[in-house]
Amino acid sequence: MSLDLLTYLFIGGSFALYIGIAIWARAGSTKEFYVAGGGVPPIANGMATAADWMSAASFISLAGIVSFIGRDGTAYLMGWTGGYVLLAMLLAPYLRKFGKFTVPDFVGDRYYSNTARTIAVICTIVISFTYVAGQMRGVGIVFSRYLHVDINTGVIIGMAIVFFYAVLGGMKGITYTQVAQYCVLILAFMVPAIFLSMQVTGHFLPQTGLGATLENGKSVLTTLNELSVELGFAEYTAGKKTTIDIFFLTAALMCGTAGLPHVIVRFFTVPRVKDARLSAGWALIFIAILYTTVPAVAGFGRVNLIQTINGQDNAGVEYAEMPSWFKNWENAGLIAWTDKNGDGKVHYSAGDAFAGKPAFGEGRGASGERVTTNPTEGVNEVYVDRDIMVLANPEIAQLPNWVIALVAAGAVAAALSTAAGLLLVISTAISHDLMKKTINPNITDKQELMYARLAAVVAILIAGYFGINPPGFVAQVVALAFGLAASSVFPAIIMGIFSTRMNTQGAVAGMMVGLVSTMTYIIYFKFMGGSADQWILGISPEGFGTVGMILNFVVAYVVSSMTPPPPAEIQHIVEDIRIPRGAGTAHAH
Amino acid sequence: MSSNISNAQAYWKENLRIIMTYLVIWFVVSYGCGILFVDALDKIQFFGFPLGFWFAQQGSIYVFLGLIWAYVFSMNKLDEKYDVHE
Repeated sequence: MSLDLLTYLFIGGSFALYIGIAIWARAGSTKEFYVAGGGVPPIANGMATAADWMSAASFISLAGIVSFIGRDGTAYLMGWTGGYVLLAMLLAPYLRKFGKFTVPDFVGDRYYSNTARTIAVICTIVISFTYVAGQMRGVGIVFSRYLHVDINTGVIIGMAIVFFYAVLGGMKGITYTQVAQYCVLILAFMVPAIFLSMQVTGHFLPQTGLGATLENGKSVLTTLNELSVELGFAEYTAGKKTTIDIFFLTAALMCGTAGLPHVIVRFFTVPRVKDARLSAGWALIFIAILYTTVPAVAGFGRVNLIQTINGQDNAGVEYAEMPSWFKNWENAGLIAWTDKNGDGKVHYSAGDAFAGKPAFGEGRGASGERVTTNPTEGVNEVYVDRDIMVLANPEIAQLPNWVIALVAAGAVAAALSTAAGLLLVISTAISHDLMKKTINPNITDKQELMYARLAAVVAILIAGYFGINPPGFVAQVVALAFGLAASSVFPAIIMGIFSTRMNTQGAVAGMMVGLVSTMTYIIYFKFMGGSADQWILGISPEGFGTVGMILNFVVAYVVSSMTPPPPAEIQHIVEDIRIPRGAGTAHAH
Repeated sequence: MSSNISNAQAYWKENLRIIMTYLVIWFVVSYGCGILFVDALDKIQFFGFPLGFWFAQQGSIYVFLGLIWAYVFSMNKLDEKYDVHE
C-alpha cells in the first residue's frame, strides 16, 4: 500500500478510537470533569500521566536536540525524568490527601489567601498556554508533511478532535483517551528505534545498542566522536556548556516538571494516597521506556544522517542522488542546501550554512535544489532542522512504509494528549479557581460545569490561533514555563507541606520574588537582546528558574519568621495531609 | 489523643528520614555522576559507553525508577507499621 493511504489509515483509525472512548467516558458532574470521579486505577493513571507529560517536544524534538548537541542533551533527559522523583516523594501523596481539584485550590486554601490563589491561577494559565501553542504546531507539521493538507487545515482538524473529547469528557474522557494515546505513541517510538538498532548494531534493545561495536570494530559512540571531529563538530560525548549551567538547567527542569499544574492534577484522580505514590512509579516506567531510547535514536540517527548526506567516504554526494526524504523535507522548508564550492555535491559539516533559518527564493538552482537567499561564508552547505530527526529517521533508514505511517500517528497522539491535559487545566483554572472560588461562590455544580466547558472551548480556539499564527517566540517561552513552575508553584507547594510555620505573607512574598526575578532574567536575555557574556555566574535563562526558586525559599523563610504564624486550623490541615489515612475522594469543599 | 499525636509525629519523622535517604542517592547519581564528576567517570569504559556519559543519559533514569519504587514499598510498610494506611 502507498504511504499516503497507510498514513490516512493509521491516523484515521487512531482518531476513531479516541472519539469512541470519549463517547464512552462522558462526564456528568464537575467531579468527573475535573478529576475523573477520583477512581482511576494507578496503572492507568501512570499511563495517562506519561501521555500527558510526553508532548510533541518529547516525541518529535528531544531526540533531535540530543542528536545535535550530544552530551549537553543530558540536562533534558535527566531533568524531565528526575522531576518525577521529587513529585513522588515531596508532592503527590500529600496533595492527594489534601483532596481538592487544582493547584490554585491548594495554594489558596493552605495560605488562606485569595492573593496567593490568584498568583497560582496566573502561573497556571501562563504555563499551560505556553505549552499548548507548541502542541498545536506539532500537529500541523505532521499533517502538512504526511497528509499533504495545508498546515492550517491540520491544526483545525486537531482542534476539532481535542474539542470533542476534552469538552465532552473532561478529565474522565481525557484520562482514558490518554491511555490509548500512550499505547499509540510508545509503539510509534519504539518500533522504528528497534528497527534502527537492529540495522545499525544487531542489538534488539536500543538501550544496549548504543554501546555496541560496529563493523569497523569501534563502538557507536567512538564512531560518532570521530565523525563529528572530522566534520569540525565537538566530540559527541563531550559537553560544550559549562558545568554550572548544566547543573542549574537540570535543576530548573526537574523542579519545573514537579511544579507543572497539568502533571500535578493527574495525581488527584486516584482513590488513595498510596495510589498516588504508585501512579508516580508507573508513570516513570512508562516515561523511561521512551527517555532511555531517545539517546539511542539520537546517536543512530546522527550516524545515518551524516553517512547518507556525505556518503560513506565523507566527501559528499551529488544532489541528484539524494534520497526522496531529503527532497521532501527540503520542500517542507526544514532542510536546505546551497552549493558553496560549486562541485554539485551535498556536503554537511560544522557551522551555520545559513544566517539563521534558511530563506528560500523563487525557482531552482543549477542542480535542481531550492534557491536560498541567505547562505553564510562558512563551508557547511546543509541546514537540517532538529525537529525532523524522529520523523525522518524511518525514511533515512529506509524502513517500510507502515513504520513511517505509525510514526506520524504517534507524533499526533503525543501532541493531542498533552494539549488535552493542558486545556483541561486552563478551563479548570477559569471555571473553578476564578469563577467558583474567587468571583461568585454561589454558582451551582451544573453552572460551574457549563463554565468549565465554555472555558475549554475558548482555550481551544486560542490554542488553535497560536497553532495557525505561531508566535516567533514559542521556543523561547518554553524556558519561561519551566522557570515559572520552578520558581513559583513548586516552592509554594513544598513549603505548604513541609512547614507548618509558613504563612500567607511569606508565601506571597516568596512567589512574587521568584516570579519577578525569573521573568525579568528571561525577558531581558530572550527578548531584549541581552548577550551571553552578561549571564550571572554563566547561568543561561533556561536555567535561571533554579535561582528564582532559591530566592523564593529564602525570602519566604525570612518574611514568615518576621510575621505571625498561620492560624491553628491551617496548622491542623498541614498535620492532617501528612497522614495518609482518611483521604476519601477529591471533594469541592 | 496525645498518643495519636505522638504517633503521627513519629510517623512523620520516619517519613522524612526515608525521603532524605532517597534524595541523597538521587542527588549523587544525577548531579554527581551525571554532571559534576562526569569527566572523571568518562575515563572508565562501561559496555561501550564512557561511564559518565552512560550515567547522564541512561543510568540516572534507571536509578530514578528504582528510587520511586523503593519509596513506594518503604512507605507502604511504614503506613502499616504506624497503622495509618487506608
